[in-house]
Amino acid sequence: MAEQNTRLEVEYGPQADIVTLTDEKILEDKDIRELEQQMQSVIEQSSIKKIVLDFSRVKFMSSAVLGLLIKISRRVYEQDGNLALCGISPKIYEIFKITRLTKIFDIYKDVDSAIEELTERQ
Amino acid sequence: MPEKTAKRKVHLQSSPQALDESRQWLLSKLKEYKYCEDDVFAVHLALEEAFFNAVKHGNKMNYDNEINVDFTVAPDKVEIIMTDSGEGFNPDSIPDCRVGENLYKTDGRGIFLIRCYMDVVEFNEKGNSIHMIRHHRKPTNSAESKSAID
Repeated sequence: MAEQNTRLEVEYGPQADIVTLTDEKILEDKDIRELEQQMQSVIEQSSIKKIVLDFSRVKFMSSAVLGLLIKISRRVYEQDGNLALCGISPKIYEIFKITRLTKIFDIYKDVDSAIEELTERQ
Repeated sequence: MPEKTAKRKVHLQSSPQALDESRQWLLSKLKEYKYCEDDVFAVHLALEEAFFNAVKHGNKMNYDNEINVDFTVAPDKVEIIMTDSGEGFNPDSIPDCRVGENLYKTDGRGIFLIRCYMDVVEFNEKGNSIHMIRHHRKPTNSAESKSAID
């Protein structure tokens, strides 16, 4: 079942719920607040609490998005869920790496490898 | 590639949209001066982080408080001076976002990223003005690694 709204495309699946960020650039406070609200809704609606966040369409983002991801991950983990990030471009991955956020996020190359990893944790 | 230096001086209000025109001008100039993708990404990121800090922390989201920005794009370097109307801050007081509990904080990474992606980062004594330079055709930036995910 696919569901689409303004900033996210969500596909609730049997192994994991795949959330694709639809914006090429994520910069403004307003956009980030909207993303936070929409992600909160996804977390609430997710029955298996295994969420794959796909960045493959995102070409540019500010550090405020990193803060949002930390908030999202807390909410997922508080519900004993799992969050995996994937599809991150090399330039954006560099931001994760130099801020050492690669230590606290599980990051995979693509959706398939993220789902595979989350499935193995069952 | 143009031989002359392109300059732009703007007085912006404290809203995210206020940067739109200047951002577009800067990115088009970087393309015109044939800066590489890494340079463009770095300068764009530094611009966004500095402007976000100026609006939020410097001008406390007060729409009428101005932000003055001087852009200089030359064949060898791009330079941005951004000054907000706030009281300033001590840049040395910002904790390392990569260490201990700071790693889990939801903010506090902007200045760190600017320092990583720009070659020169200086503040005025008051702490309400940042001066940033990135040199053209820099083979690698100061980030720890440029590698992608395997």
